[in-house]
Amino acid sequence: MSATMNNVEEIRNRVILGEFGVKNVHTTDFPGNYPGYDDTWDMSTFQKNFRIDMVHVDESSMEFDMVGIDAAIANAFRRILLAEVPTMAIEKVFIYNNTSIVQDEVLAHRLGLIPIKADPRLFEYRNTGEEMAEEEGSEIDTIQMQLKVKCSRNPRASKESSDPQELYLNHMVYSKDIKWVPIGNQADVFADANIGPVHSDILLAQLRPGQELDIVMHCVKGIGKDHAKFSPVATASYRLLPEITILEPVEGEKAERLKRCFSRGVIDLEDVNGKKN
Amino acid sequence: MAEEGEKKRVLEMVQADGADEGCVTFVLHDEDHTLGNSVRYMIMKNPDVDFCGYTITHPSETKINFRIQTRGGVAAIEPLRRGLTELSDVCQHVLNTFQARVNEFKERQEKPME
Repeated sequence: MSATMNNVEEIRNRVILGEFGVKNVHTTDFPGNYPGYDDTWDMSTFQKNFRIDMVHVDESSMEFDMVGIDAAIANAFRRILLAEVPTMAIEKVFIYNNTSIVQDEVLAHRLGLIPIKADPRLFEYRNTGEEMAEEEGSEIDTIQMQLKVKCSRNPRASKESSDPQELYLNHMVYSKDIKWVPIGNQADVFADANIGPVHSDILLAQLRPGQELDIVMHCVKGIGKDHAKFSPVATASYRLLPEITILEPVEGEKAERLKRCFSRGVIDLEDVNGKKN
Repeated sequence: MAEEGEKKRVLEMVQADGADEGCVTFVLHDEDHTLGNSVRYMIMKNPDVDFCGYTITHPSETKINFRIQTRGGVAAIEPLRRGLTELSDVCQHVLNTFQARVNEFKERQEKPME
């Protein structure tokens, strides 16, 4: 195990989890606090000490380590990710016909929360004018989509079946039924980027024969501060990298139990004098 | 320092009469902990600054009171300006490093496939 750090190093660099509380939380390395240390901000020292290590990257999540940066700035990044990175989301829902049992406003709320695959950098913010229903939204700031589903009885179902899958056609409305309707020159500009919901299997409503949905939706660009549906991340969080120091040697059976408490690879046992330790 | 034009102020300076230029409270509109805490950290790293702190006056209002006290007769606007530029440089550096790392990671992902 590494030698115990001397007190000052520990106060400067480590947050300590005690039995009843957390100690040493605030950053104290500001100029003038510690004699003998020059804590003035120096960009070149920062650039030398700072590095990013990717732990895991895939289509929908990412984990990485930032070394050499203070929690204040890392937290600012986290807050910005949650609240100020813009995305496109459905904002105005024009319901022409809704005879399902899902209420209009509930359905509109659900539609708003669906993530939309469209690059927000290619769109502008819509001007919130004083008049309520001013222009319908031009092609530079709005994406128009349509949802038109009608449920009917399946003529080919057998007499005795009770499985709704077999009895009815179109009885589950999924997000894949939402179709993009290009307006203006969007058809040319976004010809290859297929705009639509990110996930196609989000269940929106259930229908029975005779019920239908006929809805037109407008998507606009917004930020998470305005409404959480505009937040691009499901969540963004950070934590400080833990360092565990074992204060006295643990041997034998206790060592095995300690190893099993942690995920694999955190603790390794070595053989010393025939006793595992 | 207040931005005139649409009557929408972004930054105001409040100074007690008789105090020197070194002790100023800035009122920043439309800001919260995101900018407040990170700028406070950058300004505290400046050796000319005696005191630096920020408060959110009321959680329903999006404005923060940012106080800077300097020593050595330095005008308080100077550390604020410097802190903001340094923060901007830090963010740019982090962005560049991050972008480089992501590209490197992506290339390394593709290599075993070849």
